[in-house]
Amino acid sequence: MDSLLNVDILLPMLVGLPLIAAILTTLAKGHGLRASISIAVALIQLIIVVALLSWLSNGGTSLEAQHQRYSLGGWGAPLGIDLTIDGFSALMLALTATLTLVLTVYSRYYFFEPHAQLDKTARFWPLWWLLIVGINGLFLSGDIFNIYVTLEIIGLAAVALVALDGSRAALTAALRYLLVGLLGSLCYLLAVALLYRTYGTLDLAQLSVIAEPTAITWAALALITTGLLLKTALVPLHFWLPLAHGSAPAPVSAILSALVVKTSFYLLARFWLDALAPASTDYGLIMLGILGAAAIFWGSIQALRATRLKLMVAYSTVAQLGYLFLLFPLVLSTGDTRDAGLTGPAVSAIAYFIVAHACAKAAMFLVAGNIMRTFGHDDIARLHGLAKYMPLSLFTFAIAGASLIGLPPSAGFISKWLLLNVAIDAAQWWWVIIILSGGLMAAMYVFRVLNIAFISVDEKAQIEPKHLPTNKLPTIMPLCAFFLAMLTIALGFNAELILDLVTIGDDV
Amino acid sequence: MFHTPDLKEHNHANELSVVTRILCAIAIGTLSLSLIIVLILTDNPSSSLPALVQHQLTQSGVQNPVTAVLLNFRSYDTLLEIGVLLIVAVAMLPNSNFNSDINPDIPSDNLSGGRLVSVVTNAQVNPTLEAVLRWLVPMIVVMAGYMLWTGASLPGGAFQSGALLAGAGVLVQLSGRLQFCFTSTIAKLLITIGLITFMIVAVGVATTTGVILQYPTELAGPLILLIEIAATLSIATILLLLYNSLATQIFEMSPEPSAFNKQPSAQE
Amino acid sequence: MSQDLLYIIASIGLFGIGLYGLIVAPHIIRKILAINIMSIGVFMLLVASASTVNGTPDPVLHAMVLTGIVVAIAGTALALFLAGKIHTLGQASDKDGH
Repeated sequence: MDSLLNVDILLPMLVGLPLIAAILTTLAKGHGLRASISIAVALIQLIIVVALLSWLSNGGTSLEAQHQRYSLGGWGAPLGIDLTIDGFSALMLALTATLTLVLTVYSRYYFFEPHAQLDKTARFWPLWWLLIVGINGLFLSGDIFNIYVTLEIIGLAAVALVALDGSRAALTAALRYLLVGLLGSLCYLLAVALLYRTYGTLDLAQLSVIAEPTAITWAALALITTGLLLKTALVPLHFWLPLAHGSAPAPVSAILSALVVKTSFYLLARFWLDALAPASTDYGLIMLGILGAAAIFWGSIQALRATRLKLMVAYSTVAQLGYLFLLFPLVLSTGDTRDAGLTGPAVSAIAYFIVAHACAKAAMFLVAGNIMRTFGHDDIARLHGLAKYMPLSLFTFAIAGASLIGLPPSAGFISKWLLLNVAIDAAQWWWVIIILSGGLMAAMYVFRVLNIAFISVDEKAQIEPKHLPTNKLPTIMPLCAFFLAMLTIALGFNAELILDLVTIGDDV
Repeated sequence: MFHTPDLKEHNHANELSVVTRILCAIAIGTLSLSLIIVLILTDNPSSSLPALVQHQLTQSGVQNPVTAVLLNFRSYDTLLEIGVLLIVAVAMLPNSNFNSDINPDIPSDNLSGGRLVSVVTNAQVNPTLEAVLRWLVPMIVVMAGYMLWTGASLPGGAFQSGALLAGAGVLVQLSGRLQFCFTSTIAKLLITIGLITFMIVAVGVATTTGVILQYPTELAGPLILLIEIAATLSIATILLLLYNSLATQIFEMSPEPSAFNKQPSAQE
Repeated sequence: MSQDLLYIIASIGLFGIGLYGLIVAPHIIRKILAINIMSIGVFMLLVASASTVNGTPDPVLHAMVLTGIVVAIAGTALALFLAGKIHTLGQASDKDGH
């Protein structure tokens, strides 16, 4: 009994709690009850994650390594499935819990339209919590087949959430996302088959010990990369993302851009730098970096050309995801830390970038959702003079944009600065140029929107709200977006917090 | 590659050009061939896992090693997999209205008044099928029960018997006399009972053994059977729900009357 | 030709054929079928890898295939559902447009 009260019971609780929420919201009648259950569970989840983090950072490095693994069923790898946690995944879990709480509160108000007949919350809440089950399960998983199941949970739940609107555009985007997601998962599963045939184990930790740079390991890594690149929407496999993220309801777009695409990136980092590190070739790492640079340029150009606000934000995600892939060539430069797992200055910089981008992008999507709700459209060309009606939302957009561009004192600035540091230390000047020009292009597409909204030059194109009295937004909706944007500023001032977190488990 | 999904046969406007297709075929062919060669040239060391499973089989509570792996050693995967089924079940549930959700007396899109199975009046009944089903459905239920029970020692188990039961449900629906309503309370309970039981067992055993999903050795067999029974009910209901949602989408292209014309549609 | 070789060629072949169909076939139902063919290829490789020296097959691989089949069913059902709804909406808008 006393081993039940151990702290690592919190690990399976992070998967079990959203699962309970999913069951309860399926059975509950009435949208108010479902929303209340959801907000309560989101709060409890945040408390659990905070408890987990404080335990990890206080005593983590002095405990034996096995306390950072939880063997489900008591069997232990390779027979059973283990849950594992280290600094990087702990940070991702914290990000998930925070975003879940804010977006849950937002969704409670977003889905209740006074004149709607159809109750979308009956489908939204169970799918939302099942998505969170998948995300938490993926970050905690230590078994490659278990990762496949969590990838499918995330994929199917995300598709169902994108299709929630029921409009033709949303359904088409959802179907495309589904086909791409299934293709990616199948490539990953084929790789799992190859790895099991060769090494006889499904456990990540064991694989990192016994992996060898043979042809079949390289083939498995290539398949995993193809599958996960499809899911992370890296150029040129990004074609499904803009419409999927652009046609989904606002909180769904927020979590898709902020978290779901990051889960497959996390897996890529885990496989390239940790589990199958012996098989990762220099050529492959540089190739990923080049694709990332292409993503930065292509995404920014398309964002400049976008006509709808949500599409612009979605293309901005494509561009910002390119920065993440600079992790791979920058790790090359730091030499032999490739075998040390997910640690090092490049990993810290990318982890910081993920957090900064998640908060900023979620804030932007929520602002776009607020604009859509109030005015009935989000055409950028017709947003002249928006600042008059929604000053808080525009301010939020500006701050989130500042984080994407990389202006101080936002978290985006710190993360870009860390990346530049690593690149300059390694004397890889071309990455420095790419990072800086990416920031410049982000400035262009953000300022384009702010220009139109704040400076109402064209009197005839003034924006008109749909039906001004009845469509008044509940104040909490812009406040949620504002909170997320403020979070990027707060993280900009407290860089130590995140960086200490990522380096947990270094000495173990 | 994936622009607008094409739903008309023989629409040649969206087809890729012949050159692209040949290039595609060559690329895929080369990749497949190289993968086959790599697979052939790798000699595999035998995995230690089968021996491990055999070794621990007596403590797992069942004699069938596949059931032991599915429901004991790697039960977490099965738990998540039932979660996957729940995702698609929720995604394909018929719509509910705000008002009828709270007060089931207000008629919603489904006219069955809150019951899972109801008799359709003036239905287009298929008399031959209905007559056969009087004999066939009880036999199917018995077979499903047998497959569930025998999963402990022979091939079988929750998924197989759930699929059998769903098949029986499909036949019943095709005969036209009965109609299923999946937004009723009992249907939602059936859909979630598998997951609920699994979680109760997972947490309940932790109070005795201290680890989530670690069954006490003497109770392992009965606990696995309990989970499988609940899972069978859930899987059967969900599979039937999937079939129902797909079959009641009315496609106006088909001229012949179907057994579903009288049923409420699942459209927006 | 040994059995192992036969299954390797068949499974990767199915995967390749399915991949080609997914990219090239214009009709959505064919794309969904292509995904199914690809998944069958992967499952075949998994089951074929389960032969051990002493005769009893590897149960972990069988469990993986069972899980994989259920996931494939779920994905196919969702894809068909979405395709059907798009078709229905398209029909409705065609009627309104005339």
